[in-house]
Amino acid sequence: MSEDPREKIIICRCNDVTQKDIEDLIDQGITDIEEIKRLTRIGMGPCQGRTCLPLVVGIIARKTGKKIEEIQLPATRVPIRPVSMGVLTGGDDDEE
Amino acid sequence: MRNEAKTVIIGGGIVGLSIAYNLAKLGEEDIIVLEKNYLGSGSTFRCGTGIRQQFGDEANIRMMKRSVEIWKNLEEELGVDVNFRQTGYLFLLYNEKEVKDFKKNVELQNKFGVPSRIITPEEAREIVPSLNMEGVIAAAWNHTDGKANPFKAVFAYANAAKKLGVKIYEYTMAKDIKLENGSIKEVVTDRGVIKTRRVINAANGWAKLLNEKIGVNIPIEPYKHQGIKTEPIKQGQIEPMVVSFKHDGVYMTQEADQGGVIGGYALKYGPTFDITPTYEFLRGVSYRFSQIIPALKYVNVIRIWGGYYAETPDGNAAIGKIKEIDDYYIAAGFSGHGFMLSPAVGEMMAELVVNGKTDKPIWFYDPYRFARGELRGKAIQMG
Repeated sequence: MSEDPREKIIICRCNDVTQKDIEDLIDQGITDIEEIKRLTRIGMGPCQGRTCLPLVVGIIARKTGKKIEEIQLPATRVPIRPVSMGVLTGGDDDEE
Repeated sequence: MRNEAKTVIIGGGIVGLSIAYNLAKLGEEDIIVLEKNYLGSGSTFRCGTGIRQQFGDEANIRMMKRSVEIWKNLEEELGVDVNFRQTGYLFLLYNEKEVKDFKKNVELQNKFGVPSRIITPEEAREIVPSLNMEGVIAAAWNHTDGKANPFKAVFAYANAAKKLGVKIYEYTMAKDIKLENGSIKEVVTDRGVIKTRRVINAANGWAKLLNEKIGVNIPIEPYKHQGIKTEPIKQGQIEPMVVSFKHDGVYMTQEADQGGVIGGYALKYGPTFDITPTYEFLRGVSYRFSQIIPALKYVNVIRIWGGYYAETPDGNAAIGKIKEIDDYYIAAGFSGHGFMLSPAVGEMMAELVVNGKTDKPIWFYDPYRFARGELRGKAIQMG
């Protein structure tokens, strides 16, 4: 069996999503980054897309012919980086 | 896009898609589903993933019992694993009044074949060893409740519906419904007009906006609720959905496929269409989570997000036929229970549309109950 080299290229390292996973979806007509996100979980791991989203945008642009700036990114939400619940509640055991 | 259909369903969330699939399964042809954004984008993809039969009234218990039967076989029926797992729901009870209320609910649930029961704090701790048992005097437990993956479930229903001939148009917003002598003439979208005689409003948070266009008044309002997700932790630590009303309706569970902790609590804003997440929620939910499971203090939060509960005055959906207009139906206002109820609601609605009647307790969800001032007992609701 011939192996597709795109199966070895990891785009999202939080959730082990490969270039092939993403391109297969685009080939099926799913080109919206919000849908690709929910089907593959790119951008939903601890890095919240800070590593993978630029790569995914590049793939979508290349495969669909859209310009990079035309591709809208998923919403950025707090926290910007992972923060522990203990830090968020200030180590305080009283009601906030 | 086709410009004519026998049935137009407005709303491509799990409820609209389940109705479309079930109509097609009963042999209905020529069905269009309209979704203004992408499938699941309104409420389904923002939900807390829980599926429970522990309600406090006959109708919701029966509907959820049927839904769980369908959820169990959904992979087989639709051909896609939707990560449905029967990991149970565990309600932590902190005072005699709560125990009394839950005993009553358990009796009713048992009567309709749901195997829920009241257990001791020790038994609860065996189910979730990391629980803080301080103040807990009992728990309500049903091992046949569970959770599923909303993303996979939406695409499973959508693909199964498409295979049966349903046309699904995303990024197509229904803007108006035109009438002619009390009958529907057409649905106006931002991509053109669709001639049809039958419309099913499954727009949940936006249902009211469509109803207003044709003079139908059913009180459904969108409220912002929020969810939280942590980094993955070792699987098996919080298997069931853990709920505490003492901590403002907090609910949490570990996702079956990823292992992150997901949940929320009853903080809400609205009515509003704004779903920007808030710091107040992030801090409030972290506080409540770590009250229930202290070790969560050391776990990182990776995301919070907002979504709608499309709420009615009694927290139960409006499902049924609208009398003033021929062939106009509504299934909306799910108040946070649309995802779990969607399999049985799809069946019920399809039966109503095709046969004009259904064995399921549709009377309970009568859209006219609000006008008559006959509110139902408030549905048990978290988050």
